[in-house]
Amino acid sequence: MNYKLTKNMKALDIEINIDNKLFLNRWKPDRESHLVVVDHSVCAGKCPGKDCTFFCPARVYEWRDGRIAVGFEGCLECGACRIACPQGNIRWRYPRGGYGVQFRLA
Amino acid sequence: MPDKFDAIVVGAGVAGLAAAYKMAQEGLSVVVIERGDYPGAKNVMGGVLYRAMTEELIPEFWREAPLQRPVVEQRFWLMDSQSAVTTGYKTKEWAMEPYNCFTVFRSQFDQWFARKCTEAGVVIINETLVESCIMENDRVVGVRTGRPEGDLYANVVVLADGVNSMLSRQLGFHKEWEPRQVALAVMEELKLPSEVIEERFNLDPGMGATIEIYGDSTLGLVGTAFIYTNKEHISIGVGTLLSQVRQLKVRPYELLEYLKSHPMVRPLIKKGEPVEYYAHLVPEGGYKAIPKLVGNGVVVVGDAAQLVNGMHREGSNLAMISGRLAAEAIIMAYKIGSFEARDLSPYEENLRNSFVMKDLKKYKNASHLLEVNPQYLNEYIPATNMALHEMLTVDGMSKQEKQKAIIKRALSRKSLFSLGKDVYKAWKAMK
Repeated sequence: MNYKLTKNMKALDIEINIDNKLFLNRWKPDRESHLVVVDHSVCAGKCPGKDCTFFCPARVYEWRDGRIAVGFEGCLECGACRIACPQGNIRWRYPRGGYGVQFRLA
Repeated sequence: MPDKFDAIVVGAGVAGLAAAYKMAQEGLSVVVIERGDYPGAKNVMGGVLYRAMTEELIPEFWREAPLQRPVVEQRFWLMDSQSAVTTGYKTKEWAMEPYNCFTVFRSQFDQWFARKCTEAGVVIINETLVESCIMENDRVVGVRTGRPEGDLYANVVVLADGVNSMLSRQLGFHKEWEPRQVALAVMEELKLPSEVIEERFNLDPGMGATIEIYGDSTLGLVGTAFIYTNKEHISIGVGTLLSQVRQLKVRPYELLEYLKSHPMVRPLIKKGEPVEYYAHLVPEGGYKAIPKLVGNGVVVVGDAAQLVNGMHREGSNLAMISGRLAAEAIIMAYKIGSFEARDLSPYEENLRNSFVMKDLKKYKNASHLLEVNPQYLNEYIPATNMALHEMLTVDGMSKQEKQKAIIKRALSRKSLFSLGKDVYKAWKAMK
């Protein structure tokens, strides 16, 4: 589809340290990740866009040293990565009961 | 605690709690299973709760429920880079009983609603994830939780497990949502003294306003931004189709930051201290994405059923109605002692006959129209801003000349025919 951003994000020069936002929330991180990259070679070899490193609102996914690093502790549990991973390469479940982010307001 | 109930509700959001409350009032034994520390711990909403649908369950709830502000004004902005065409509606009537809608914090409201359920006899189990439905002879007979020996059984299971609805997908009621069927929304709460909020939004003490923003706030992506007033917080957020966020490699929180820095927005939120940050998916598939709603021993309600009217930012009300209608069907099934799909089907019929489905049907093409016709957001909103700018800037040019210039510019970009076509398409999608 032929749509594009009306402005160049880079030119807007918005620098956000996502940790400053995530730091505001209350967390009960589990020991084990509820987000699993099924096959790391798919990310490395078949996914030039690395879209998850952009659209994830908690910046859980980062491309580091040739592989996707998964910072599941800061996951906001929205489910976007499960639906939008172009390779269907993320095994997604909710954290165990009582774990993960616990919102106070909203 | 018994290990067999009349009904199990998965998810303590407003859909699930509405269903549970109604069933318990009719004497059914009901358990609600919630994965958060408390009801609302995982629930995110822009923040508007509608009075009518809540009142159908709990008369005059506003006297006791933890609400933020009654909404007395709804504003709409068509935003461009430096400007906005604004409209809206404000009335004294919404400032008094019975009110129209309220801003709420879901964690507070849902905990209160859950307490009302408990008083009606509902058992609420927090910190517990339902991993799957237990099937027997092609019917749902219970749920498997993440707890040891955590199987629970019931005559009927109400799936109110939210937009991701892993459970109804497991049952094959719908395929995985496509990225264009959901919006990804991010939001922040900004803390400000209540008098400052009232002054900036021109509000009487305790009253609230909402602003829905279209155009530059999403940088051309299909979606909206919003600003809602709470007692001592402002909710500010932006939601856009996941498909487009992905394709254009936008970081959602950068979009939010852009909104916060916009000259139309900045003065409203100045010195607001961020206190919490959220992300959530919003069902945007509309009428065509509604999954199978009823099976043997199971019904689907709320976001899990894609019941959101994106055009009017209505969701919590549709969730509550679906929960109540599901409960009413279950109560009827309970009386005849059979919970097969055909016994529960009045839920679906009544939902189809209600305004819920009628509204969703009315707008079934609207989201797609915007998606495939970016000109509505990217050309017409700036053009409207420019036209008003020209008409209202006094610079010595006659109004006649100004009008001519505006029309000439519009037609230099688009033929009259394609303008007409766009108007027709928009009318068709909204009629």
